[in-house]
Order: sequence, then C-alpha cells, then structure tokens
Amino acid sequence: MSVLVNKDSKIIVQGFTGSEGTFHAGQMIDYGTNVVGGVTPGKGGQTHLGKPVFNTVQDAVKETGADVSILFVPPAFAADAILEAADGGIKVIICITEGIPVADMVGVKHYIDQRDCTLIGPNCPGVMTAGEAKVGIMPGFIFKPGTVGIISKSGTLTYEAVDQCTKAGLGQTTAIGIGGDPIIGTTTLDAVKLLMADDDTKGIVMIGEIGGDLEVNAARWIKEHGTKPVVGFIAGVTAPKGRTMGHAGAIVSGEDETAEAKKRVMRECGIHVVDSPAHIGSKMAELIG
Amino acid sequence: MNLHEYQGKTILKSFGVSIQEGLVADSAESAYEAALHLTEKTGTEWFVLKAQIHAGGRGKGIVTETGSHGVVLAKGIDKVKDVASGILGGHLVTAQTSAQGKLVNKVLVAQDVYYPGESEIEEFYVSVLLDRSSGKNIIMYSPEGGMDIEAVAENTPDLIYTETIDPGVGLQAFQARRIAFNLGLTGMAYKQMSKFIFKLYDAYVGCDASMFEINPVLKTSDNKIIAVDSKVSLDENALYRHPDYADMRDKSEEDPTELEADEIGLSYVNLDGNVGCMVNGAGLAMATMDIIKLSGGEPANFLDVGGTADAARVEQAFRIILKDKAVKAILVNIFGGIVRCDRVAQGVVDAYKNMGNIDVPIIVRLQGTNATEAKKLIDESGLEVTSVILLQEAADAVAAVVA
Repeated sequence: MSVLVNKDSKIIVQGFTGSEGTFHAGQMIDYGTNVVGGVTPGKGGQTHLGKPVFNTVQDAVKETGADVSILFVPPAFAADAILEAADGGIKVIICITEGIPVADMVGVKHYIDQRDCTLIGPNCPGVMTAGEAKVGIMPGFIFKPGTVGIISKSGTLTYEAVDQCTKAGLGQTTAIGIGGDPIIGTTTLDAVKLLMADDDTKGIVMIGEIGGDLEVNAARWIKEHGTKPVVGFIAGVTAPKGRTMGHAGAIVSGEDETAEAKKRVMRECGIHVVDSPAHIGSKMAELIG
Repeated sequence: MNLHEYQGKTILKSFGVSIQEGLVADSAESAYEAALHLTEKTGTEWFVLKAQIHAGGRGKGIVTETGSHGVVLAKGIDKVKDVASGILGGHLVTAQTSAQGKLVNKVLVAQDVYYPGESEIEEFYVSVLLDRSSGKNIIMYSPEGGMDIEAVAENTPDLIYTETIDPGVGLQAFQARRIAFNLGLTGMAYKQMSKFIFKLYDAYVGCDASMFEINPVLKTSDNKIIAVDSKVSLDENALYRHPDYADMRDKSEEDPTELEADEIGLSYVNLDGNVGCMVNGAGLAMATMDIIKLSGGEPANFLDVGGTADAARVEQAFRIILKDKAVKAILVNIFGGIVRCDRVAQGVVDAYKNMGNIDVPIIVRLQGTNATEAKKLIDESGLEVTSVILLQEAADAVAAVVA
C-alpha cells in the first residue's frame, strides 16, 4: 500500500507541452508512472510524449478517467489551473509551481476546502511512491520501496531524507512534498494522518522549517493519536528573525515560529527530533530497523 | 516588498482611505515648499516631519549627526527648514535599526492632525494580514493605538481583537460595525470608522498587500478617522499585476550584496558568521547553515543557487560569498537530483581556476547523480578543495576547518 498516488493512478499533466512540463513528464514516464495524457489549452487533439493532449481538464477526465493531476503552470495562471482540476473531478491535485500570489491561494484554499479533493503544494517537489509512481520532480533513482513515509516542506531536504533512508536499508512508501508557501493545500498534519493510516508505513519522517504552525499542530495530534515512530527535523535554527529564507513561508514572525520552539513542542509530543539533518536516516534505522 | 510610509499612504489614498495629508521632500528647501503647498491645501499651520526609512520606532529614534528625533513637530512654517536639516542626510538609529542606523534620504512633511476641538483625540491600532493557520485574511485591531502593539499583546491581550474575513463573501458590514463599536466609537466617528475599515480592506486586496499596519489610526477632535502612519508590505509574487508599485522599490534600503545577488537571480541573505555556504534548495540551505553551527562555526550567509549550478553560476555565487571578509571557509552542499554532480564539480573546478585567488578553504559536498565521479574529478584537480559525499562528512570537514 501507499498513499495519494500508486501504480494504478491515472495521471494527467497540466502545462504538459511547456518546457518544464515536457521535461518532468518525460522523467515521470521513464520512471514507469501511469501518465495518461496532458492539458494545454489550444493544443487539444495533438499527441505529446506519446500521450494525448486535451484542451480542458474536463475533456481529459472524460476521455482517460484521470484521477490525479500534476501542474507545471506559470504562477500567473496556476490558481486557475488548480480550480479547473478541482472542478473537472480530479481527486489529487499536485501543484509544483513556485511564486503564486498569496491572494490567489486564499481563494483556491477556500474553493478546495469545499470540494472532495486534495491539493498538494504549491511550491513543492510533488509526491512519489517508491517503485510505483513519480508525480513530481524528485529524482527517482534515490528511492527504494520500503517502510518509511516522508513529509517535507522542502525539495532537496526531502531527497536528503529519502537518500538516507535508502542507504539505511529502510526504503520508502510515499514521500510527500507539501511545499514551502504560506498557504498550502495538504498540511503536515493531513500528511501525517495519511501515513499513520497506511499499513506499509512503519515510521514517518517529518521535516519542517521556520515559520507558521504546521509542525506544531501535527506534533500535538501525534501525541494523542500517533501509532508509529516519527523522526523530526526543523531547518532554520540559525535563521534570523523577520527574514524570508528562500521559501515564501520560511519567515519567523513570532517566538513560537522559531526552529527551537517547534523542536521543543515536537519533543514534548514524543517525536524523535534530530538536531543534524545528517542523522535522519540513522535515527529512523535505530527505531524501526 | 516593504514600502516607505509616504508610498503606502499614496496607495491607501488611491483606494479612498482617508490619510494624514503630506508631501515628500529630499532637501530643506523642498521641505519648505512642501509645507507651503500643504498649508494651501489643508490649512495646516503646524507640520510633522517624518524620516522615511524602512524601520519602526522613528519617533523615539535619534539622528546620530544632529541629535534630532526621526519624527519632529514644526510649530510654524519658519521652523520647517531647520527641522528638515536636522533629519535629512543623517543616520537615524531606532530600536529596529542597527547601531549605525539608516541614512535618511527623504522626509515626509505632513499636516498636523492633533489639533484641539470639540471632542477628545483618540489613537487606535489597525492591521490587515494573512492568518496562515486558516489561510484567510484577518483584520487585527486595538483601542490601544500609537504604541508598540507587541507590548499591548503582552500586557493586555484582551484589548486586541480580530475579524476573520471569509474569502467567499469578503468583509461584511456587521464586521466593520463590530470593529467600530469595539473601539468605543459612537455617532459620526463610528460611521467614519466603518467606512474607513471597508476602504482599507479594499485597498489591501486591491494592491495585493501582504501586510498593512496602520498605527495609529486617528480619531481627530472633529471626528474624522484617518491613517496617520502606514506600514505597507506588498506580495512580490503579485507585482506583475502592479508594475507601478514595482517601481516603488527603494534599493538604497537593501543590503548591497543582497541586492547584487538578487539581480543575478540568487536567493541570498547576509549573516554575521564565518563560514559561507552555497546550496541548492531553500530547505537544504537552511539545514546547511544549521550544520555549520553544529560543527562549531557560524553561518555567514543563506544562499540558494537554485536548479542550475554550472561554472558561471558557481563563480557568481563564490564572488558574492567572498565579498564578506569575515568568511573563513566555504561549504558547497549540492544534492544532485536532476542536476548531475560531475557537472557541478566541473563548475567548481572551473570557477576556482577562473577566480585564481580564493584563499579560504572550500569543502564541496556533492551527493546524488554521479556523486562518485564528481568526487574523483575534484580530488584529481589538484586544487585546495576538500571533497566529500555524505552530509556527516561535510559537517566533520567544517568542524576540522573552524577548529
């Protein structure tokens, strides 16, 4: 088992024929992901990377039965593309795009919350179920099917955790890149709940960073309901207050948003917090190896 | 993107928010002219001169060169030139600036709004911002205006109120009424406040702001409601919708090295430490800074080189990092996913050779696609570069260098 995406997922790519979409869709297909087509308005009827192109998500869903969509759409058009996916009946919408205006995301979150679908991202590396489906930009070769579920706000830091779990002989079920923006669809807590309910996942790696309260909310839930060991890491102990550190959401606006404050709550809630990101894999191996 | 008070007020006014009127000036002479115009326009005979810098606490702040405060009341047109001279061109040190302070290039000459009249003058606090937990905008407000809101939150948290705006229907009239009542207003002032809140929220949405802080919002002695100060930040990701606001960016307020990095597309933040770093990805970049600290060093910067790390890019990043003379070592930490590590390694070697005079030790950690080939390439280059693959090895190498 796994969460969100697997080998049977029917995946469409929005922004399919653009340079980003073309490159990453190609990589996804090479990994063996079940990409069933793509959407680029005005290019419906064409074939791209051997898959059909549709004008609208609605057409794509009707023709292919797609249930997952990944978006490589420029920031100015991304909010609209997410809404189109939700309206078109897509169940899991994964938005890679970085730089969407916050005001657009306020509207998107409101819309998505009222519908039966899940948004991952934006500004995220996507979702990857080891050996089954790569729906994002994560490098496939570092994954190995196994027992660790990974949740992270960051791209390369996710790869770091994935790689360490592979080298520790544990492998992964699903890695979920939830994204580094101030407003995201699936929160740390949402992702934790999914992985806690997944039988194949034996341990969870939860990687966060400064800013917001997502990790703290997840930690409090884990304290009450957690059934598996969780290894945690929070990036940004050395980040200065009030400065945005790369990710739009990585900014300390109050005392409880610092890395130290988050780590303290996570430890109080029974999460195995490592201070060095080099120890994520070894700590997990110690717990479930 | 942070704006100056006068720029924020320009935007507020364009959306119909009533503000304390003023004109910006960059010399004592133009400040005098501005004051003359202001008297013509508003009838004011006293003027408030306010230093325009990106930092709070200006009123209590001191201009190093002259001893003047950053906000000064000129009681008459004949005082304006002297007051302006005391502020302009000096360095204003406030609780929010460094000890060197900030150079004041502009002063806002504003009308006096604290004139006596039929009712008591009152100051309120109003801000509009995103509540990240709910993904909704909120209006935060308090009857305790004109002072440090963090102190109010600390001492009298029950005097801070919030209204959450439903994204589906927007700000509602009952919410604006509730705000006005909670601020203790009645009659004309109550009506004016309701109107003020509506216009303010319109402006927040209309200009794609990420934060409005109006402290104080003033009830004048003749029951007008006006914004006396404005702290406005705009969402940089939305500036493509507002090219005229993009021009409001004041580059003189930014760290020169950060500005240079920004212009070549590097995400860079200057810090006080002794070990520089260059990383791909924001999360890993922060984690790398933390590793430097755990290894006994202090990070000198945050630097995300992004998805491409070829020779040209690596060289640009090295040059930026080395502008900081406190840097005693550089840690390059790249996790090559889509990027091939051997290409990055070649980039490091080429950049090193091009620059010729790098006299600090460099530790390169390349992991991911072709990591082994990358290590070999660097080891055989004959350069003073330590090459490692595992993150822990990188941490150990940093510890060895800073010891």
